Amino acid sequence: MSSRSATKGPGAVRSLSERLLPPIFLGSGFIGIWYLISYGVLEPRRRFLLRPPHEVIQVGFLDWDNFSPILNALWSSTKVAMIGLGIAICIGFVLAILMSQAKIVERAIFPFAVTLQAIPILAIVPLISFWFGTGQTSRVVVCVIISLFPIIMNTLFGLQSADRGLHDLFTLHHANRITRMRKLMFPSALPAVFAGLRISAGLSVIGAIVGDFFFGKGDAGIGQLLRKHASQLAGEELLAAVLMSSALGVTVFLCFGWIQQRAIGRWHETTTGVD
Amino acid sequence: MVFPDGTEALQDISFTVNKGEFVTVVGPSGCGKSTLLKIASGLLEPSSGSVSADRDQLGYVFQDATLLDWRTVQDNVELLAELHGVGNQERKQIAAEAIDLVGLSGFESHYPKALSGGMKMRCSLARSLTLKPPVFLFDEPFSAVDEITREHLNDETQRLFQTEEFAGLFITHSISEAVFLSTRVLVMSARPGRIVAEFDISFDYPRLPELRFDPSFAELCGEVSLKLRGSHS
Repeated sequence: MSSRSATKGPGAVRSLSERLLPPIFLGSGFIGIWYLISYGVLEPRRRFLLRPPHEVIQVGFLDWDNFSPILNALWSSTKVAMIGLGIAICIGFVLAILMSQAKIVERAIFPFAVTLQAIPILAIVPLISFWFGTGQTSRVVVCVIISLFPIIMNTLFGLQSADRGLHDLFTLHHANRITRMRKLMFPSALPAVFAGLRISAGLSVIGAIVGDFFFGKGDAGIGQLLRKHASQLAGEELLAAVLMSSALGVTVFLCFGWIQQRAIGRWHETTTGVD
Repeated sequence: MVFPDGTEALQDISFTVNKGEFVTVVGPSGCGKSTLLKIASGLLEPSSGSVSADRDQLGYVFQDATLLDWRTVQDNVELLAELHGVGNQERKQIAAEAIDLVGLSGFESHYPKALSGGMKMRCSLARSLTLKPPVFLFDEPFSAVDEITREHLNDETQRLFQTEEFAGLFITHSISEAVFLSTRVLVMSARPGRIVAEFDISFDYPRLPELRFDPSFAELCGEVSLKLRGSHS
């Protein structure tokens, strides 16, 4: 609290510039290299491989005919990501709570959770399309598979992180399982839960795009668009779409950081990256 | 007390803490002091022997403050009353009284992360005081705070023992803390823990901080220290 109000003084400008300047420098260097490759390394007839930045902006972002399909596809993938993340959160919470209640349940579920995490998504794409078709359901399934593991593990770790002494205190005062969960384990778990959520939120976006890349039926998302632009050698649109998908990932990450700050920032020292 | 792995932590220990008594157990680290307290509180079952105490009304102060980080001082102090189903209105009132008793008034809406170690410990004390337990167990509660804070907290504990009239069982490895607080000091030996000496401390209450500089105080500390050393070798 006090450190925050302290940064509002004249030092605020300095600390802001201290925080912004390094990434701006690095970003400028990056764009410089990009130009260098576009104009210096690539001969004109091979320049389609990496269009210079201003052309990407002109064609990909400023031409509404090109940009509006990107936004539509992005919206469609956002929906898939959010539905997938929602389902992963529900399943993850339930599993983690069950695992936290009995060691035997934890031992039973753990190997399967790890296996799920270890499955190369490419390997089960045929299986998923075999079972769920090539539409929206399959995209969501991929999304859930990719984002589930961090939620289970972080939630479980959080639930088990409550202080031993506090558990003793609740035992001494005859707290039942539900009270113990509600007043001790669940709040203790929140910081870890949010850490998991932020990882999984980013993964759910990746899952949605990867899923979309493989499954073309129905409401096409950014994956299909990337595929189309790549096959047409439309470098500007392709790069614009790539940039917008990363922007989506970053937005989702920041959103959860913000929610975390609102939910537990008052009592927990966290580094959310958005303060 | 013998643990499943065969470690014999305590052996032939028997004592009573009566109303109006403040009994302190001193012993080298690892002698089973904490185990003793866990058995007394019912957190551990003894492998043989028995404990008679009204466990519904135990105050227990842990080595750490063990506060809930997500609750303010006020809400932390209300916790036990809450667990025992005390109504909202009454809870607020007894919490306010307890906070006042430990001198934390004005900090009700602070979160633990904003408190010093000593203040956290006061908060923890206040929490235990809310249920007005007739018996108080202390598990080396002040071992993590600095010397000056510890003396302050000792002064307060000693004052609370007078005003709140509980029976106290206190575990520590600090001899001066033991002598300053107690009506009786028990000296424990290293593992397996046994009681090797017993001292009655007859200084009058309220005990003032200056008592620590009194020659007779120093002499008693010396005697306890000798017994402790004797048990150790």
